[in-house]
Amino acid sequence: MSSTLAVHGHGAEHHDHGHEHHHHDTFITKYVFSQDHKMIAKQFLITGITMAVIAMILSLLFRIQLAYPDKSFPLLETLLGRFAPGGRLDPEFYLSLVTIHGTIMVFFVLTAGLSGTFSNLLIPLQCGSRDMASPFVNMLSYWFFLTASVIMLASFFVQKGPAGAGWTIYPPLSALPKAMKGSDLGMTLWLISMVCFIGSSLMGGINYVSTVLNMRTKGMDLWKMPLTVWAFFLTAILGILSFPVLVAGVVLLIFDRSFGTSFYLSDIVLAGKVMPFSGGSPILFQHLFWFLGHPEVYIVIMPAMGIASEVIAVNSRKPIFGYHAMVYSLIGITTLSFIVWGHHMFVTGMNPFLGGVFMITTLIIAVPSAVKTFNWLATIWRGNIRFTPAMLFAIGMVSFFISGGVTGIWLGNSALDINLHDTYFVVAHFHLVMGSAAIFGMLAGVYHWYPKLFAGRLMDEKLGYLHFWITFICAYLVFFPMHFMGLDGVPRRYYEMTAFPSFNKWMSVNILITWSAITAGLAQVAFLYNFFSSIWFGKRATQNPWNANTLEWTAPIEHMHGNWPGEIPTVYRWPYDYSKPGHDADFIPQTVPLSETMSSNLPHDFEDNPAGLEQYNAWVKAHKANEAVK
Amino acid sequence: MMAQQVHQEKDRLDLAPKKFVMWLFVFASFMIFAALTSGFIVYAGGHGHALNLRLPDIFIYSTSVIVLSSLTMFMASRSAKRLEFDRQRLFLWLTVALGILFFVLQVYGWYILTYKMGIYFVNPNASQSFIYVFTGVHLLHIVAGIMVLLSALYISYRNRPQAINLYRMEIASIFWHFLDIMWIYLYVFLLLNQN
Repeated sequence: MSSTLAVHGHGAEHHDHGHEHHHHDTFITKYVFSQDHKMIAKQFLITGITMAVIAMILSLLFRIQLAYPDKSFPLLETLLGRFAPGGRLDPEFYLSLVTIHGTIMVFFVLTAGLSGTFSNLLIPLQCGSRDMASPFVNMLSYWFFLTASVIMLASFFVQKGPAGAGWTIYPPLSALPKAMKGSDLGMTLWLISMVCFIGSSLMGGINYVSTVLNMRTKGMDLWKMPLTVWAFFLTAILGILSFPVLVAGVVLLIFDRSFGTSFYLSDIVLAGKVMPFSGGSPILFQHLFWFLGHPEVYIVIMPAMGIASEVIAVNSRKPIFGYHAMVYSLIGITTLSFIVWGHHMFVTGMNPFLGGVFMITTLIIAVPSAVKTFNWLATIWRGNIRFTPAMLFAIGMVSFFISGGVTGIWLGNSALDINLHDTYFVVAHFHLVMGSAAIFGMLAGVYHWYPKLFAGRLMDEKLGYLHFWITFICAYLVFFPMHFMGLDGVPRRYYEMTAFPSFNKWMSVNILITWSAITAGLAQVAFLYNFFSSIWFGKRATQNPWNANTLEWTAPIEHMHGNWPGEIPTVYRWPYDYSKPGHDADFIPQTVPLSETMSSNLPHDFEDNPAGLEQYNAWVKAHKANEAVK
Repeated sequence: MMAQQVHQEKDRLDLAPKKFVMWLFVFASFMIFAALTSGFIVYAGGHGHALNLRLPDIFIYSTSVIVLSSLTMFMASRSAKRLEFDRQRLFLWLTVALGILFFVLQVYGWYILTYKMGIYFVNPNASQSFIYVFTGVHLLHIVAGIMVLLSALYISYRNRPQAINLYRMEIASIFWHFLDIMWIYLYVFLLLNQN
């Protein structure tokens, strides 16, 4: 039985008491099997942060290997046992580390952790609904996600270690259990975990779309929705259309691995033995994978874009520049993202003409992306900027998106890609444009909506600034030099660069990158301390600490089922009326009707409201007459 | 306070978003089949491996069975709307029975493919393996579909409010008709690619 329903039931029985006295939740229904979207958001966030910390530690392990390939660290053997014999990482375990780092970051942190947290928290609160379309499915979504996380991590505890074929799990490597350690049981667990994950993602996404389309409060038409909600909505649509394709690809891979079919396999000789597979095509897997995989990178970045838009507008005290253009560019990105997947496959022997087609569609995506970037910059331009930690992270997101996006234009070029494919140039590109940018968007969201997540507490600002500056500088120090390594032809995923004399000159750069990564890692300790201690000891915030316009700040500080006591507020205006000329405060919440803000109304506020326009004109006339008398 | 209660009642009984969830689920599931058939096209096109077989006639029978089940599903929905609950249950039971019959016929189709025609799932020509994948993934959906039908039946026996009954029936119809159309798509797709 849904706990939301239970509240309404009680409300009917004794309606003299306030709404908030009616919770009869046990610990289990409140904190564990909760169907409340705000609690589910917190569950996603904390699980996501845990996974992020694990993925970060994995990356530090392989960074140590890259910086000191010939040194042995006895501590590693103590910690990792057979995965680091003699204090040096096992080469196959190195591949597993890279694989699991990528998988966790892309799927578990930046898909589930980001969308799961903020779509869950903000869609009902900013659209004005009591909860999700189906709270029960929403709860299932979290539990599938947790199951997927546990299975993924469990693969560290099997004899041969976790999956090692890279986060893209290309066959034949991933399809032949005997090919290497990382193709064995670890790979099977990876596939099972991903099936759970896809289930979770679909259940979440379906709920988000249905909620946005069906459960908005009175007055909240689509063009009055905050950009965050637009971004989450389009992200969910992307997920619904692309994740099932990965299911299809993974199902065929499972058949090849475990049943002996030949969808992806052909002409394989394994350890001197000719395998019975014939007629399969590994390229087929790449098509299926990247048909998901490319939309997936937009699933990662679009929520961050939405969060950055909102945070930047609030903290610049200015309307977002080009609201409609922002929405149309999100829609443009959503649509285009389905016809560019071939740019991951330029060097698979693709017909050069087809390569040209994919190149053109890829480069066209630069247009909506640039529209968004210029709009963010124009929003900040001459704004009355408040440099809160959230604002800094949002600006950081824009910075990474620009510097990573520029190299996308190089990589999208099918001729240049022959040279750059699978080098550190690619690693640098996507770590900036979707890795760092999305993480910064997520952190901006955490700092900004912390009072909504944890009943009116604020995170510490000073620690926030410390966290931002160290992370920001170190992220650039880590990823910027990688461009030059890539241009020089250093390939990604190699275990030790000293094995290749021509790469020796990059050793000092690798050491710099590793130490920057370690420093960035330490900065996250400040965040973790700040995040967890603020839950109990954070400064108390007012109901609307950032003077923002959106609906979530009209909800009471203390969480309650159904979000608002009594009726859900009605919406009268768009969410970006900041510093509107003629109004005494520099923000006008969406719930304030135009009739209460006569001095700041403008003719275009009444575009489809002739009665209102008439009243407005009458008011202006009367007002002018008064001025004349004075 | 009264108005507020009424308002909340409306919140609670608003089943439209939940119905929309079903539609979205249908889209997601359609994408799986779209991906599998696209995979077939890429595979068959790139390697010159066509199916090279004549599909067993049993699939014609299973197709008629599932089309018929769509019809009984429609009759069940209509009876529910006309408050003829006995007829509703009867037609629902018929739909479940036809669903199970479809399942059996499909599995029998596999039997004919393997034992009579020598077309195995593990096959160097993966186009032929795709037949098993299409039918298998579809049968998984059929199992889910039968469960949805049974849950609609359960509700109709429990004398729940008519709004709930109709909602469950609509959920079941959307899904079941989708499964019917999906199978026709897959069957026609396979027929067109026989050579």
